[in-house]
Amino acid sequence: MKALRNWLDKIKPNFVEGGKLAMFESVFDGVETFLFVPNKTSKSGVHIHDYIDSKRTMTMVIIALLPALLFGMYNVGYQHNLAVGIHPGFWLTFIYGFLAVLPKIIVSYVVGLGIEFAVAQVKKEEIQEGFLVSGILIPMIVPIDTPLWMIAVATAFAVIFAKEVFGGTGFNIFNVALVTRAFLFFAYPAAMSGDQVFVRTAPVLGLGEGHVVDGFSGATPLGQIAIAPKELIDSFQAVDVIGHPITSWDMFLGLIPGSIGETSVLCILIGAFILLFTKIASWKTMLSVFVGGAIMSLIFNAIGTTVSMGVSPLDQIFLGGFAFGAVFMATDPVTSARTETGKYIYGFLVGALAIIIRALNPGYPEGMMLAILLMNVFAPLIDYYVVESNINRRLRRAIK
Amino acid sequence: MANVIKIKKGLDINLKGKASDVLLNGGNSDTYAIVPDYYNGIIPKVVVKPGENVKAGSVLMTDKNRPEIKFVSPVSGEVVAVNRGEKRKVLSVVVKPEAKIDYVDFGKKNVSSMKREEVKESLQEAGMWPFIKQRPYDIVAQPGDTPRDIFVSGFYSTPLAPNFDFMLKGQEADFQTGLDALAKLTDGKVYVGVRPGSAVQPKNVEVVTVEGPHPAGNPGVQINHISPINKGETVWVVNPADVIIMGRLFNKGIADFTRLVAMTGSEMSERGYIKAIAGCSIGSLVGNKTINDDHIRIISGNVLTGTKVLKDDYLGAYDVQITVIPEGDNINDLFGWALPGFGKFSVSHSFPAWFMGKKKEWTMDARIKGGKRAMIMSNEYDKVFPMNIYPEYLLKAIITFDIDKMENLGIYEVAPEDFALCEFVDTSKLEIQKIVRNGLNLLYKEMN
Repeated sequence: MKALRNWLDKIKPNFVEGGKLAMFESVFDGVETFLFVPNKTSKSGVHIHDYIDSKRTMTMVIIALLPALLFGMYNVGYQHNLAVGIHPGFWLTFIYGFLAVLPKIIVSYVVGLGIEFAVAQVKKEEIQEGFLVSGILIPMIVPIDTPLWMIAVATAFAVIFAKEVFGGTGFNIFNVALVTRAFLFFAYPAAMSGDQVFVRTAPVLGLGEGHVVDGFSGATPLGQIAIAPKELIDSFQAVDVIGHPITSWDMFLGLIPGSIGETSVLCILIGAFILLFTKIASWKTMLSVFVGGAIMSLIFNAIGTTVSMGVSPLDQIFLGGFAFGAVFMATDPVTSARTETGKYIYGFLVGALAIIIRALNPGYPEGMMLAILLMNVFAPLIDYYVVESNINRRLRRAIK
Repeated sequence: MANVIKIKKGLDINLKGKASDVLLNGGNSDTYAIVPDYYNGIIPKVVVKPGENVKAGSVLMTDKNRPEIKFVSPVSGEVVAVNRGEKRKVLSVVVKPEAKIDYVDFGKKNVSSMKREEVKESLQEAGMWPFIKQRPYDIVAQPGDTPRDIFVSGFYSTPLAPNFDFMLKGQEADFQTGLDALAKLTDGKVYVGVRPGSAVQPKNVEVVTVEGPHPAGNPGVQINHISPINKGETVWVVNPADVIIMGRLFNKGIADFTRLVAMTGSEMSERGYIKAIAGCSIGSLVGNKTINDDHIRIISGNVLTGTKVLKDDYLGAYDVQITVIPEGDNINDLFGWALPGFGKFSVSHSFPAWFMGKKKEWTMDARIKGGKRAMIMSNEYDKVFPMNIYPEYLLKAIITFDIDKMENLGIYEVAPEDFALCEFVDTSKLEIQKIVRNGLNLLYKEMN
């Protein structure tokens, strides 16, 4: 450790202004602070600081995402096995999924962090950690068969136009990962929906060879619900890729087709526990999303003219990206409401809107992404009115 | 009792190095000094020259625009230096003391029979006026104003805070006289905030019991809960230790700035109180009571709002505490952000500090422990800011210097010290107190 420190101190002069490698100053600083907690001491203000910093915060979010990511990898293999009718055992199933997902993570990080590093150097700022989370969220919210080049293009678009043009981490209006998803969704609709993209049927590096079984359909339960005819309202039953019925328990565990990280409500709840326990995410936002979604689905249950209206509140929460969005996306502190009262309103509307889009819009089986992006726009407005009420109280007090 | 305030938000940082209730030796300083930088809102004008002899109570310096605000010598002796920095800014006026202090005689006075103007004049003559600070702006009070109320917090709640009950022992009469004098200055009330069960029980004032964690002892918080400041109103704030010195002026007729200074902090080997005169050197207090000499930080005041000083600097004008903590500049924390981090204190549960319980005493050094970022996390500040104000929005208004917004969001009610805990917990490591101080200064310029 001492040797490493000494070596860093030795090469540091090259990277400061005027040094040979000054163009990599931000990168060097990034590496240095990655290795060692900066030992810069306070010059003014408080003399002691809490140990938390944004690196720690982002690390905690990534840890919270890991259960869902690892399960997602396993599920990619599991769905593949079902589709081609093989039973290679737990580890080969996981490795298949791991190999299928890993390139997406690498592409997302390389593209996103590359842009972040470059921007930090141009602006002569420290590298900010925000993309560490976005970079792992992106592969988790895309279908497994999304081509890598699309992920690269969409990530670059989101990082530049949803984040850096606004000023970087902390200034963005929209959730960066969701902008990536939305870009993919609207720019390459054929590659992002339908029956073929959510289950990988092709082998990865020679692993998982096999022929697709008869009766295979890669449609997600939400996709099936969206196209189910009205007459089936009382008898509709979602099925898995080989036609077996899916129970609520399957949806909770997550062994269903869907985007990579979103299927397992159980793993998402483990992540939610980590985020809430470490006090990084707001329970107010999270809870309100679930409450909003549940109430809205009860209302639709009462109307109940189509299959999508008839889905029970529990299944609505278990299906698609609802739980994932509620736990990891809606709670993004930068793009959600920042006042405590605002968080209840924001969360409730996210949940309610997601269900409205699911139930009423035949074009999009899933509504969570659009609901959160839409509420990202309204979050500052909600906060404005919450703060305004404080201002009015103060003015009334002065007049009295 | 009716007058009880319960503060829920806030944070008591349980640091190692509390002062025990004992008196230590020390405080015999070679030189004493008035340091203008310790006062906010004044422009110093030095009225003595090096070589002049002064008594304890002789004027050394006044405010340029309001000459009635006087700064007097705490000891008798010879003015040895008027130190100036860039643009001839006055850094300090230094007095070398005589063996026996010779006081200016201001005459014993009975406060109860004095008029408001007489009390004001007495305080100003003896250099006690700078003890009175005003809200808004957190500056030395305008002598021409009549405040709505005056607030004295009868306890300190900062980390390693001195025990005012102990400091008050034997000084009760002077404290009472000081409060009586303050009562003459306002048409409203004098409020004294005390801890439940405290020995501080003055008469003729409104005693308010304050429960809860720091910043319960900040007058700003007490004001906000008792009777918040509205636009156009002024309230005054005096530290309890300074009230004693004010009372002494009337009871004894002299400007005797003797007070107890608590010696605290994990790097202090002897911890207790030293009887010292305001303006003494830090070295005379700290002496060799520190465990190490290297990689330590000496703070005049507490760890949240104090000033970083060296041994040849002087005790802060309002400070009743010296804190010595490790500097931490020699610590290389490999992968500190990723490892579990036992022994690291954090309010957030992302470090295992929550697991150690509230009894555990922490040693904290002066590292910032992270890079500066934009505001990312929400609700961090609110949790340690027990006022009916949105700290984040007020800060943003200050940063953008939007005067209407600042006023609307309550800038007149706050002082930088109220934001100290926000700065401590901040993930983004912003210099919040500095932002507020600059905002208040700019606003004051703009409004006057």
